[in-house]
Amino acid sequence: MAKRKLVLHFPEESIEKPITYHLVKDYDLIPNILRAHIDENEGTLVMDLKGSAEQIEKGIAFLKEHNVRIQEAVKDITIDRDLCVDCGACTGVCRPEALTIGPEDWKLDFDNDKCIFCELCINTCPVRAIKLTF
Amino acid sequence: MAVTKTYEGINEKIRRGEAVVVTAEEIIDIVKDVGVAKATEKVDVITTGTFGPMCSSGAFINFGHSDPPIKMTKVWLNDVPAYAGLAAVDAYIGATELSETQGMAYGGAHVIEDLIAGKNIKLESKAYGTDCYPRKEIITYVNKNTLNEVYLFNPRNAYQNYAVAVNSSARTIYTYMGTLLPRFGNATYCNASQLSPLINDPYYRTIGIGTRIFLGGAQGYVAWQGTQFNPKQVRGENGVPLAPAGTLALIGNLKDMSTEFIRAAIFHKYGTSLYVGVGIPIPVLDEDIVEKASVSDKEIYSTIIDYSITQRSKPSFGRVSYAELRSGKIEINGKKVRTAPISSYNKARKIAETLKEWIKQGKFYLQQPIENFSLDQTFKPLEIVNEEEI
Repeated sequence: MAKRKLVLHFPEESIEKPITYHLVKDYDLIPNILRAHIDENEGTLVMDLKGSAEQIEKGIAFLKEHNVRIQEAVKDITIDRDLCVDCGACTGVCRPEALTIGPEDWKLDFDNDKCIFCELCINTCPVRAIKLTF
Repeated sequence: MAVTKTYEGINEKIRRGEAVVVTAEEIIDIVKDVGVAKATEKVDVITTGTFGPMCSSGAFINFGHSDPPIKMTKVWLNDVPAYAGLAAVDAYIGATELSETQGMAYGGAHVIEDLIAGKNIKLESKAYGTDCYPRKEIITYVNKNTLNEVYLFNPRNAYQNYAVAVNSSARTIYTYMGTLLPRFGNATYCNASQLSPLINDPYYRTIGIGTRIFLGGAQGYVAWQGTQFNPKQVRGENGVPLAPAGTLALIGNLKDMSTEFIRAAIFHKYGTSLYVGVGIPIPVLDEDIVEKASVSDKEIYSTIIDYSITQRSKPSFGRVSYAELRSGKIEINGKKVRTAPISSYNKARKIAETLKEWIKQGKFYLQQPIENFSLDQTFKPLEIVNEEEI
């Protein structure tokens, strides 16, 4: 079983389509929605997509047919180590515990796989060392 | 007979390169291994460190005189107002003052960091003009090399212990203790605990007016007791206060400081503050000093305070040790709550280590306080009264 973490941007015309339903029904995928945001112009969905590698590729092709813009989520959060002071303030708002600090070295650690792109850390960082680029 | 040492004796050892210097973390294990008496014999200096946001910080600046000269009435540095109600070209830039053009994205703390970094700063000033100072406005650029004096003078730094902040309400709140998630979603704390200067000298025996310190990467001094100095705060049996107590007013030359140890901070929807790195050496004068400085996180407690209550007196949810806080989870009303520090333990450690190296290399000597702080004073609130009622 393969797993991909994706950020999906839905154009206005696709907002009302049951796209996630089709990923489950037609491609036998297990989407785990980590974060969702829909407004009058656009929808954004951060999800883990589990299934066979082949089916994931087919599911992604299906999404593209519906003009859904797809980004691999893993690369997009960065911590500028030159700016970071290892205070740990960001770890307080990181519910999935992707950002952690503690013994022995008390240096900030970031685990990409656990990040759900809630973006709470970005404004919480007192020295603006965390950046998210979608 | 118990060993006692003097400042002169310890400084003589530093001069000869023979002083035994350890950090406030290292002394914990040394005392565990050999006991207080042997540790007192063996060790000469214990170094402490802290690196946290300290809002009550700022810098005095003298700009020099322009031609024709100006008696600066209003001053802005990179659009951040500085206080200029002093002589003609003196001003004070406070860390929490916000930019008039960028708001919370840039404040006095950033001006201070940029000055340390050697960056050019836009200086703008207005004046009413006098016979001796005819100029009414000026726009120019300055940096730390063009300025005369630039020194940090921080009215309140290095808090001896601090609260643990939680939020019992249903909405996220934004505070100087960071973002507090609703319904006890997290708890933040802000102290170097077993490395913190005033935790290791809880009754201010060696930290007083004139004590030489590490400040922002340079050598500075304790200038005075800090504002809101509260030595009568409730203390544990080991003498360590259980909530905010003593504070220090610190002074040091900004031109010698480093951005590794002074950094601007932004607390979202709160404002700007300044991360200040402070390290203070504690001379081993006798066994009492070593016993107090060997305190560890298990024996240092703080008080959990509900920051969602907007009254001066906030409800408490009991006490918790720094060992528990540093474990990453504490329990409040039966619920596991994630903890997060606001001050950097990693930097605190680096400061204590740096100070240790300075002393070992004979670059830093101990200064006995010229005067100690009085333990007999209280921290008063501000009451809203009529003139007749005061």
